[in-house]
Formats: sequence, C-alpha cells, structure tokens
Amino acid sequence: MRRIAIIDYGMGNIRSVQKACEFLGHTASLVHEPSALAEADHVILPGVGAFADAIAQLRQSGFDKALRQYVCTGKPLLGICLGMQLFFESCTEGSQLHGIQTGLGFFPGLVTRFPSSLDVKIPHIGWNEVETRPSKLFAELPPSFYAYFVHSYQVSHTELPSAIGLTQHGHYFVSAVEQGNVLATQFHPEKSGTVGLKILENFLSLTPNDFTAKAKEKLGTSKTGGAPLC
Amino acid sequence: MLTKRIIPCLDIKNGRVVKGINFVSLRDAGDPVESAQFYNQAGADELMLLDINASHEGRSTMLDVVSRTAEQVFIPFSVGGGISSLDEIKTLLRLGADKVSINSTAVRNPDFITESALHFGSQCIVVAIDCKQCEPGRWEVFVNGGRVPTGKDALEWAIEAEGRGAGEILLTSMDADGVGQGYDLGITRQISDAVKIPVIASGGAGKLEDFSDAVTKGGADAMLAATLFHYRQLEISQVKKHLHSLGIPVRMDY
Repeated sequence: MRRIAIIDYGMGNIRSVQKACEFLGHTASLVHEPSALAEADHVILPGVGAFADAIAQLRQSGFDKALRQYVCTGKPLLGICLGMQLFFESCTEGSQLHGIQTGLGFFPGLVTRFPSSLDVKIPHIGWNEVETRPSKLFAELPPSFYAYFVHSYQVSHTELPSAIGLTQHGHYFVSAVEQGNVLATQFHPEKSGTVGLKILENFLSLTPNDFTAKAKEKLGTSKTGGAPLC
Repeated sequence: MLTKRIIPCLDIKNGRVVKGINFVSLRDAGDPVESAQFYNQAGADELMLLDINASHEGRSTMLDVVSRTAEQVFIPFSVGGGISSLDEIKTLLRLGADKVSINSTAVRNPDFITESALHFGSQCIVVAIDCKQCEPGRWEVFVNGGRVPTGKDALEWAIEAEGRGAGEILLTSMDADGVGQGYDLGITRQISDAVKIPVIASGGAGKLEDFSDAVTKGGADAMLAATLFHYRQLEISQVKKHLHSLGIPVRMDY
C-alpha cells in the first residue's frame, strides 16, 4: 500500500489532486504536519497563489526542512504549479514589497513573471503543448501533448539540463523538470484529462530504486556553485 | 501556443440535466456526472455546469453534483447560476470547481467582481454577460436569465468587469441563442477587441463554420454550446477537426 502525502499548507485547490489520486485507486492524505512526510512513500506539493505567502507558510510550518530531509531519503517528490516554482532558488513575485524571495533551491534559477514585452495574455490559462524530453514522468506518452496551465510566473531557463518539458507562450519556458527523485510540472496533471492522469500514475509508480544516487547529488547545486542538498 | 477551447454546457435543475441528452452510451442520460464524463471522453476542453434552480433544495443538490463531478472528471469545470455571495464561491471551489461564473449579482453590485477576484484570484472568476442588440452596433445587458433589461451597455460592462478583476467574459447573445444561425459576431468582436482577458462566445452555434467564424471573425478564445452537442447534431471531434484544418490551434489528443 502506497502512502501518498499531499502537503496542505493553505494554498489553493488541493482537493482535486487528492481526488485524482483516489480516481487512480490510491489513498492520498492531506497532511498538515511536517512529521507526516517521514512516513510517506510519495509526496506531492501542490499550490496556486503567491510565492511569498507560500514560502512563508512552508518555513513557518517547518515543511521546508521536512521536504529537504524527505528528498534526501531518495523517495519521489512531485511539485505542481506553484509547487514547482517553490523548488527553484528564488522568485521575483512581490519583490517590490518584500525583495526577491528565496525558494527551496532544489533547482538553480529564478522564477519571473512572463515579460510584458511578449504581448501575450497573462495569466497563461488554458491548454498548451508540452514538448518533452524522455522522462519517467512521461512514460508511454507521446513526445508532445497538451496540458492545462494556470499561472503568471514562469521559469525561463530553458537551457537547464533538468528541464524535461518546454512550452511556448510568447517564448519558451520550462513546463516540467526532473532531477533525481524530484519532479515537477508547471501545468496541472490533475486537470489535464487522461494525459494528466497518466502522468500522476507514472509518478505514483516510482520507487527510490528508480533513481541513481548520482542524479540526487546534483540537487541544490546552483550555477553559482551552491552546496549539494544531501 | 494556447489552444481555442470547446466548452459544452450542461443546464442542471434539481440535480438533473435539462434538455435530456440522447446518448445511447449513457446509463442515465439525465445524470450530469455521466454527461460530464461523456464530454470529457469526447474531447471537451472544459465544462460549464449551469444551475437553473430557483429553489433552496435544488441548490444543495447542485453542490452534490459539483462534488461528484470533481471525483470523476479531470478537466477544468466552471459552475454558474444564481451565485450571489463569497461564501457560495468558496464552497463551490472547495468542492472542486475550478471557476465560478457570476452574472446578475455582479450587475447589481459590481463590487462583487472586485471582492471575488481579490479573495479567490482572477483566474477563477468568470463574468457572464447576457445581452441583446438594442440598436445598430449597440447591445444591452439583461439579467435574471435574460428577463430583465438593465440599461447597461454590454461593451462598457465587459470593460468594467475586466478592470474589476474578471478573469474571463462569458458572452451570450440572447438574439442568437437557440436559433442555430451562428454566434453573434458583432458584439463578440467588439468585446474581444476591447478586453485582454479571454472571451467565451455563447449562443447560436449550429454548424461547423459557426465555430471557426467565432474565432476568425469574432476574436473569441473559446466557444460554448449546449443543445448542439446534447442532441449530437455535431460531435466535439468534428468541430476540432474543422478548426484544426483551418490552422486554428486546438487540443487534438485526449
């Protein structure tokens, strides 16, 4: 029996992630205590909302430390939407008020708003194409597929080796990442129909044996030479 | 590139779909959840569940429909019809709706748009506008299911709604609705040219070209239809193939 923990830190509609797991035949608990992560086999960090509020919530509740410990156990972690953005080093959202916000730092790079110079609608809402690189997350899916997005901030570091999905909205941005046991999507698999359910199913079938120790070592090492996470 | 969306609409009364659908494959053609699942499989990009109840009992049945839909359907869906308070919006979103559509209450109290957008984010607030042409080039807003004229200009109202934080405009032409002669391209174009948020064209779809015209001539981002899909005069897949053949981006894999 897989123990799936969905982190409930007060950000957004997380029930639909839980319902999607249930639809796939699993039991998933919404967890409010960082200690619950130690007992989970799969952890999902969902979220819709503002980066500054979210990271403050995670720090205040102690989920930031618990997530780092969880990642170092080698068990799979999935970030969705804001969850993915929180995995990066930092974000400019709300920077006029609070300065640049630091994220969890699993991936190097800055999360920024879609530049207004792109002349596209912001927020980016709707179905868009994800062009993928081979990943366990996309097993048995075609090389490109449509997924459902709702966001105004994005990761434009398309050169990242960990980028496994790119999407075009005015320019290319990173729509999925994978490094070792840490995986994330900017789109919402729980709202992306059968394709999205397949992605969740792929994630839920992963075990620590699916990841090499070497891949995990790269987590947290930024371009500027940050220390490894584990 | 973002795709243009096809949105089937289910009119729901006392927990049952009105304008009974004739889908042989459905065990219970009146069950909104089964209809929603059918449309999900058929390639709908999004669903609209419209509550046409007047009674209190009907309302609570609707909440059950929303909750059950969220358990079975994994594409975005909106809920509309009679929403008049922040509490109602909160309840619907918690039950799994992705967006809510507000109409009469927003016209009577425009601050309702501002407050809803502030509380829940623009991405989940759809402002529905029902309008009728009153003179050449001018459309008037109607409320209460299209029964009560308001004297408000539809174009000005759409611009105000955007300014107050609406995430989308669901535009229904009451002249075109139910006639099957195409969407009202005049007001659709006026509004889509004037606002930056997506405009959903509604009312009047009868043939394939109506959908492509809504995009190319009306500037619509999404097209909503009810009867046409319920009676299977057209399949969603036919509409998508048609749009795709004209080079209009649509989601083809589902």
